[in-house]
Amino acid sequence: MIRYLKNKNMLSQEECDMLLGKSVCIVGCGGLGGYIIEMIGRIGVGKITAVDGDVFDLTNLNRQLLCTEQHIGLGKAETAKERMAKVNSEIEFTAISEYLTEENAESILCGHDIVIDALDSISARFILQETASRLGIPMIYGAIAGWYGQVSTIMPGSNFLSRIYRLHEGKGHEAELGNPSFSPALVASVEVSEAVKVMIGRGEVLDGKLLMIDLLNNDFEVIF
Amino acid sequence: MEFKVRLFATLRIDRGREIMVKLDDEWTARAIIDELDIAEKDVAILMINGRDGLLDTTLKPGDVVSIFPPVGGG
Repeated sequence: MIRYLKNKNMLSQEECDMLLGKSVCIVGCGGLGGYIIEMIGRIGVGKITAVDGDVFDLTNLNRQLLCTEQHIGLGKAETAKERMAKVNSEIEFTAISEYLTEENAESILCGHDIVIDALDSISARFILQETASRLGIPMIYGAIAGWYGQVSTIMPGSNFLSRIYRLHEGKGHEAELGNPSFSPALVASVEVSEAVKVMIGRGEVLDGKLLMIDLLNNDFEVIF
Repeated sequence: MEFKVRLFATLRIDRGREIMVKLDDEWTARAIIDELDIAEKDVAILMINGRDGLLDTTLKPGDVVSIFPPVGGG
């Protein structure tokens, strides 16, 4: 397909075909999610589910790709669907305008090949990890706070989040630092790269490892 | 005894990236965060010599403690 010509030769034809057969669930359509949906859609995944119960407000304009002045007050998941219909109408796109909860997590995630975390709540991430693990679905984790970000790939059976959030709840330092335009885009890019590698089964992934990004000091470090 | 402490992200502000912290009687990571005025809620990841550590584990001479704050935005 001409649309995907520039994916080659980075991806083989077989790998492109594999992506077309994949179903990806992106939980959160804000700072991280907007970019993740854009990149997952453009690289040529067959099915996308986007999950978010929130609507756009003015404070989202500084960083959320899907948020424009025309979208204030509109649903984030539905907006993602409308945009992807313009970018890549060949994708089977499902918008779910709900927050992820213990009650709905299994029904939302069931049937997907991979889930990508774009949440902004530590406790919701634990729900995502537990449910994805129970369903045998790999999860790509990402989080941001100001100049800082982190990414990991969490395979089923792992309780990796317990190693990086001792207290399991609350907000991180983003509550004080806020989030600028560039760190969500960077962390989203690394998350999508991890997701693609998991889906095609090639390359080294951050399984059991954490990429720590400090853009203020240009430190990129993999720990564990 | 002095211990090498590596700090990350916001914990570096006004403290630095890698510092030596002198402890008297109690050789633990908890004594280090107390000495550096870091609240326990700001310790999301604690590593001792590159492995998962606990705040109350007794440190040995030469141990390196790494402390990471919580990052949770999206």
